[in-house]
Amino acid sequence: MKLKQLESILGDVSQFSKPKIDLEQYPTGPHIASRMVYMAETTFGDISGKVVADFGCGCGTLGIAASLLEASYVVGVDIDYQALEVAQNNMQELEVEMELVLDNIQDLSWRGPVVDTVIMNPPFGTRRKGADMEFLSAALKTATTSVYSLHKTSTREHVQRGALRDLKAKTAEVLCELRYDLPASYKFHKKREVDIAVDLWRFTI
Amino acid sequence: MRLLTHNMLTCNIKGVTKGFPLSIEVQKLETKETDFNPDFLKNIFPKLEWKAFHDAALSVGLNDIPEQVDPVMLEDSEFLQKFHHALLEVHLEEGALICPETGRRFPVSKGVPNMLLHEDEV
Repeated sequence: MKLKQLESILGDVSQFSKPKIDLEQYPTGPHIASRMVYMAETTFGDISGKVVADFGCGCGTLGIAASLLEASYVVGVDIDYQALEVAQNNMQELEVEMELVLDNIQDLSWRGPVVDTVIMNPPFGTRRKGADMEFLSAALKTATTSVYSLHKTSTREHVQRGALRDLKAKTAEVLCELRYDLPASYKFHKKREVDIAVDLWRFTI
Repeated sequence: MRLLTHNMLTCNIKGVTKGFPLSIEVQKLETKETDFNPDFLKNIFPKLEWKAFHDAALSVGLNDIPEQVDPVMLEDSEFLQKFHHALLEVHLEEGALICPETGRRFPVSKGVPNMLLHEDEV
């Protein structure tokens, strides 16, 4: 599948109708989601034929993208049942198979490293400090090969230090910088669109 | 929820030392056909807890998964078909997962296991 085709299909994925501020529920738009998963597949071969997990999957965009790029088994985990219901509808609409688990990333009920790749768009940790690194910690404990994740460019040094020193990732590399154009989903967003620079990271275990 | 997901999940209540494997309470199962991929099965095999998979298969009514398994069996296409079916085609739609140590019940509804802990369990 070509990148443009993937992006176009992901454009049909429904997003949160009432995003929850405390969970930092920002949709992963088709532009970013398609590039993230496409790069994981074409540059590193981390999607096709693999077991892939999407942590904080929300409405399922990244997991669905992985499934479209022929991941063999995809598991989406989220703490919000309403988001998973939207994800289930999206899966039916797009005829994509994906497992969904209602769980808290902070005390994830997984027995150890069982998936090949984790791909995620975690909370940036601006509402609840440290949420971003909690997601990364859980992902690095669960994946056997690599973790792809989005973090604010302004936190680059913090993420790198945390990943390598505290969470014992083998490598931590910024693959590219993306613009995260958030539609003003919350009342506290004054401008109509909020443009945030984010890094696409790849961590290896 | 399929049995591969079951094989990944454990009960994470504070103080629990043996939260795996969760036993399965079946209310409703569904079977959905999915593409047979022997390479995937060979790749996932070493990551599985086989005894837990065997017991899980039994609890969803599949008694053709051997209790003991040898990697050489991965060359046997008849075995691979059964392995494929049990691991990837049977979905627990309604039921529960039960912690072997505490008996805590994690409900499964519309195919989604609810593994969220209560405040006093964290």
